[in-house]
Amino acid sequence: MRTLFTVFRKEVVDNFRDRRTMASALLMGPLFGPILFAFVINLSVERSLSDVEKSLEVPILGVEHAPNLVRYLESKNLDIIAGPETRELAIEAVTAGIHDIVVVIPENFGAQLTDAMPARIELISDQANTTADRDARRVRNALRNYNDELATIRLLARGVSPLVLRPLNIDDVDVSTASGRSGILLGMMSYFFLFAMLMGGMYLAIDTTAGERERGSLEPLLTLPVTRDKLILGKIIATCVFMALSLMLSLTSFFFALKFMPLEELGMTPNFGPDVVGKSFLLLAPFILIGASVMTLVASFTKSYKEAQTWLSVVLLAPTLPILIVSLLTLRPRLEFMFIPSLSQHLLLIDLIKNEPVNTAHLAISVTSTLLFGAMLTWLCARLYRREGLLV
Amino acid sequence: MIKIAGLSKSFGNVHAVRGVSFEASDGKITGLLGPNGAGKSTTLRVLYTVLKPDEGAASIDGHDVVDNSLDARRVTGALPHGAGLYPHLTARENIAYYASLCGLQRKDIPQKVDSIIELLEIQDFAHRRTKGFSHGQRTKVALARALVHDPQNVILDEPSNGLDVMATRSLRDLILKLKDTGRCVLFSSHVMQEVAALCDDIVIIANGQVAIDDSADGIREKTGCNDLEDAFVEAIQMVARD
Repeated sequence: MRTLFTVFRKEVVDNFRDRRTMASALLMGPLFGPILFAFVINLSVERSLSDVEKSLEVPILGVEHAPNLVRYLESKNLDIIAGPETRELAIEAVTAGIHDIVVVIPENFGAQLTDAMPARIELISDQANTTADRDARRVRNALRNYNDELATIRLLARGVSPLVLRPLNIDDVDVSTASGRSGILLGMMSYFFLFAMLMGGMYLAIDTTAGERERGSLEPLLTLPVTRDKLILGKIIATCVFMALSLMLSLTSFFFALKFMPLEELGMTPNFGPDVVGKSFLLLAPFILIGASVMTLVASFTKSYKEAQTWLSVVLLAPTLPILIVSLLTLRPRLEFMFIPSLSQHLLLIDLIKNEPVNTAHLAISVTSTLLFGAMLTWLCARLYRREGLLV
Repeated sequence: MIKIAGLSKSFGNVHAVRGVSFEASDGKITGLLGPNGAGKSTTLRVLYTVLKPDEGAASIDGHDVVDNSLDARRVTGALPHGAGLYPHLTARENIAYYASLCGLQRKDIPQKVDSIIELLEIQDFAHRRTKGFSHGQRTKVALARALVHDPQNVILDEPSNGLDVMATRSLRDLILKLKDTGRCVLFSSHVMQEVAALCDDIVIIANGQVAIDDSADGIREKTGCNDLEDAFVEAIQMVARD
């Protein structure tokens, strides 16, 4: 017990003094997620808001051919400006990115309209450009509305009810709650948390085998009257503590970051108070042992620090795999999923954030199976630490 | 007291050590001499229990290095070749870590560490983190670390490698001090002069086998060479002829 504590304390002191470990455990991991998230959310909120409010400049070629249409568009908060001289120039301007969209009204537009023929109008845009595509959609909608209004007037003039053109009346009823909607977005966070957790222990895991070997401190360590099981266990415990610290920091920083995200404006109220932070920590904590032992295991097969770093960056992505598959297939939480580490944490975390009741049986299976996996992998680490090839 | 009998160890197809036997007694300095790749390190690594022999046996103070490796390690202080320190810990902390792992009582550790720091004359930099230490400084700290639990047997793998004249001299003084306190010191080297100047017994190894195991004078007599370096070469050639 004392040996275990000696090893543990040394690893903690050693790593607290290592700038690289500290940066990855206390800064990179915990801050990367929330910052990225806040950035994305703010950007999308800003965009969706600005769309409605901001007037859009629409260059039109042939304004003089459709004065009524132009007036209508202006009333829809679109700023009509004179477009390029010819249609060819307009296409060139859009291709070159000078204008996102150009509306071309042909000379015979008025005549076609008077004849009640479908009047041709061109909307030139680059659909591969997402911003332009959104602007084009806005203009297209405005034109459709004008089209509908004209149609209504024409039908009325002929004594036909405009309702004949609307056989269906489609009404969307959205039953998702504000917390539920945030679940989709915040579900992404489960990966950020796992990522931060793994980052926190990465350098310790490398140090346990590859690092000590490269420094030449492993061989003298193994000549001491201490069993190797105790050495590796002490090191894995230290790794776990750093991972837990990193996870806690990540959850806390996310809690604060959420306050600065205008999620309500996207119709989401995240259920992420201090109690949820605590529960999330307990929910994710069993994964720490798996993470620590997998990283130690992978690092023990590598020849050098650099090589270990390369392999461990692959390990950092591993927890996303089950999450990704289930998300892509949009599968509902099932009992079997709870046996899969990282996936079970992800699904339960979503329930927690959605403020839905967490299934106790699911929770029990998730915790037990994850801890069991972790224990098995730790045992495997200890086995491998005993082999002679460790030093080579 | 270190005993080795019929020790063999292979790595794949490479027979690093084949049937090495010798003894190192208390109160004596035993030198393991041989060219590079002769099997010195492998022999020592089996002794300080990081490798297991394929054949043969070795014991330290009667503790078998395979069956009773923890006890064998308890009575041994080992300095592996190119031993590294923890750069973020001070020299003192490095030594104290080993003291604690060796099972020294917590209250005794500070005093124990102090006395070993004094013995190795590393007071000047004991409080500094070992990052950026010179090779000589590192070797001294590694040695202090290996000796902190007062082992009866001391195994040093090429301790003087890369040391300057002053550092080599103080290392030599230390080894003599250990001998005077009745310790069993076993060290390897490929430098004939160093071994001749220090050792009571010399074991010359070549090609994984013991060529000669005798005192310096005995070796001169057996090989018929007056110069020890010639004797060294002659002994190695004797093995090659077999």
